[in-house]
Amino acid sequence: MSGIPIYASAGQRVWYYSFRVICGLVFFFLIAPVLVIIPLSFNAQDFFTFTPEMLRLDPAGYSLKHYQDFFSNSDWQLAMANSLKIAPLATMLSVGLGTLAAIGLSQSHVPFRRAIMAILISPMIVPLIISATGMFFFYTKLGLWMEDTLGVSKSFTGYFKVVLAHAALGIPFVIITVTATLTGFDQSLTRAAASMGAGPVRTFFRVQMPLILPGVISGALFAFITSFDEVVVVLFVGSAAQKTLPWQMFIGLREQISPTILAVATLLVVVSIMLLTTLEILRRRSERLRGLSPG
Amino acid sequence: MTDATQETSGPIVAADGRPLRQSLNRALRRQKIRALLLIAPLLAFIMVSFVIPIGDMLFRSVENQIVPETLPRTTALLGDWDPDLGEPPPEAVFAAFYTDLVLAEERKLHTRLGSRLNYENSGVASLFRATGRDVGRFDTDIYTDQLVAAVPDLEDGAKWAGWMAEPPVRDALPQTADAYDGWAQMVAEVHNADPVTRQPADFVFAALYRDLAAGAAPPPPLDVDVGGFETVSIRDQFAASDPKWLDTGVWRTMRAYAGPLTNGYFLNAVDMMKSADGPRVRPENERIYLTLFLRTMKMSLVITGLCILLGYPVAWILANLPLRSANLLMILVLLPFWTSLLVRTSAWKILLQQQGVINDLLVGIGLVGDGSRLELINNSTGTIIAMTHILLPFMILPLYSVMKTIPPSYLRAAKSLGANDWTAFWRVYFPQSAPGVGAGSILVFILAIGYYITPELVGGTKGVFISNRIAFHISSSLNWGLAAALGTILLVMVLVLYWAYDKLVGIDNVKLGG
Repeated sequence: MSGIPIYASAGQRVWYYSFRVICGLVFFFLIAPVLVIIPLSFNAQDFFTFTPEMLRLDPAGYSLKHYQDFFSNSDWQLAMANSLKIAPLATMLSVGLGTLAAIGLSQSHVPFRRAIMAILISPMIVPLIISATGMFFFYTKLGLWMEDTLGVSKSFTGYFKVVLAHAALGIPFVIITVTATLTGFDQSLTRAAASMGAGPVRTFFRVQMPLILPGVISGALFAFITSFDEVVVVLFVGSAAQKTLPWQMFIGLREQISPTILAVATLLVVVSIMLLTTLEILRRRSERLRGLSPG
Repeated sequence: MTDATQETSGPIVAADGRPLRQSLNRALRRQKIRALLLIAPLLAFIMVSFVIPIGDMLFRSVENQIVPETLPRTTALLGDWDPDLGEPPPEAVFAAFYTDLVLAEERKLHTRLGSRLNYENSGVASLFRATGRDVGRFDTDIYTDQLVAAVPDLEDGAKWAGWMAEPPVRDALPQTADAYDGWAQMVAEVHNADPVTRQPADFVFAALYRDLAAGAAPPPPLDVDVGGFETVSIRDQFAASDPKWLDTGVWRTMRAYAGPLTNGYFLNAVDMMKSADGPRVRPENERIYLTLFLRTMKMSLVITGLCILLGYPVAWILANLPLRSANLLMILVLLPFWTSLLVRTSAWKILLQQQGVINDLLVGIGLVGDGSRLELINNSTGTIIAMTHILLPFMILPLYSVMKTIPPSYLRAAKSLGANDWTAFWRVYFPQSAPGVGAGSILVFILAIGYYITPELVGGTKGVFISNRIAFHISSSLNWGLAAALGTILLVMVLVLYWAYDKLVGIDNVKLGG
């Protein structure tokens, strides 16, 4: 669609422009709700709408008080600390196990490949509420067993349960992105490394890993955001000591909604912009590499 | 390779002297084992932490151990009772139930059982609780007193333990032995005491009286003649505690749920119930789950339809613009996709409020009067708007990747052959984009029917999905079996749809973020 041809009829012209307007409206629908909370979060009042001062762009209408509240409120701080603890650990677990399995799955002769793939992808398919329910029963038993038999502290088991649950949820994303990267990986490179005397471990870290790294990183980002955004499973598996940012937001939205949520939401939008940028850079890089060496 | 050639030239051998085929098979086997070893840790992890827990949860939808485990004696006898005669069960059933209930009360299991049966017949929970308080004070102590008066040794726990260890006594007094075993186990487990040091409870004496009254002839000194004993009817004792025990209703429920497995939860999940003559549909005003399933499906379909309607033009423009501007516009799709679900839900919650930005705007431009602000939230409208926004990228991305592969020259060719714009689109372009529409629709629909968070926060009571009901039964009503049955039905629906999706695009071809 590179412009409208000069021979277009009046009707075609009208359609051409109204189509663009429709698309513009859909794009607006997609992005506006995300963007509108950013100015609202600087509201000096405890309102969820634009005050007349804000519309006049009067500096008195804006303030950072919701951000101050976020950074001084112990509930929110605990939630943020928990999110920053749980998400990286869950990511490491799912990336570690997931990458190994993806390499195994991309070998040429894997028995029961489809069945294995279906099982590994299942956490993404099963509706979250069902995963959460199943995990609720299982991890309650596991937690009690750990506390009674192994004598582990309650706090440790709490985090352990949530990390394991989130790792399971993140694994399909790692599997999908890494196997996708590996389909473009030239297996003769590993054979070449082996023929020059490198062991399997050395081959993996020196030859295979650097080449599939972009896939691994984007898988890790998906796993991270899965855990970082996840609320259903943590509501069921975790206890109040493990409440994460989404948990705190969920409670806030359900019970009494405070404008601090706007500040948190804005910060999370910034996080997603950073993630998106990283992914985009990775994609460009792999496109460039593929452009240099086709096939 | 035929045998003849092998015989003439001999098998081809590898460098180490083995036949080549064997050597190849060995290498292949080694490769397979290595691949499986790489997969094994993850597979084990997913099986243990995900697949088995879900299987266990699904099993709860048919599991009913609590009834036969808590009331083993009663459930064994209830099968012979015919509820259609309109009579309460015979004295023997009440006697067995008395033993079961005393033991359950000591173990504090009767309230749990009461809540379990309360799902099927409301009122049972309070009945169990109230009678649980009375059952220890039933007038059965007259048997204890009369038997002890006849045989003073019956006060001695050690003597009891001795008798109950002798097979001839046990054979002669089956009910007594059974009641004594239950009592001794309970004393050891609940009171941490040695049964030898205690006199058995009244219900054991009542059992002994029943055995003797039935004509049992145990060895002396237990062969008491109970002919002249003062008796008490256990059925009357229950009736005195609560007259409801003489109704057939509660006994019917116990009888219907006596087995270790039940289809009761599934029947409940589809608005049916057990009755004397098989499953039957609940009355109109009690049907909630089918309504909820239908609403979930209907709203998911509406959301999917809206996503197609909004997503198709956007995907088309993204696929047909020059790469640079398309990539720029793609950010507008990917940013919401990557933004936290809760951020998007809270944005809608804030925007759609009666005092929110959208209503302010509509009032500001005079479309809506200040007094008649639109109710956009806490109903199905709110759920549909917010979920369409949240799921729209899942429609646009597969559509885009399919449309990207349709050469624009096809449309031009159709037009040059005389098709007008609409015919060219509908007959040439749309059929080629149909796989994208199919993939996107199934994906959006699957995600929509399992949604929990957004309906919970913006749906009010009229806009909630089946997931919300499952969560309610897990965390509030604690009717886990029903939650599991509802979950199983939902899971089966999703799996069928995924099977279709797999046939259409393949599960491992899911595109993540373009």
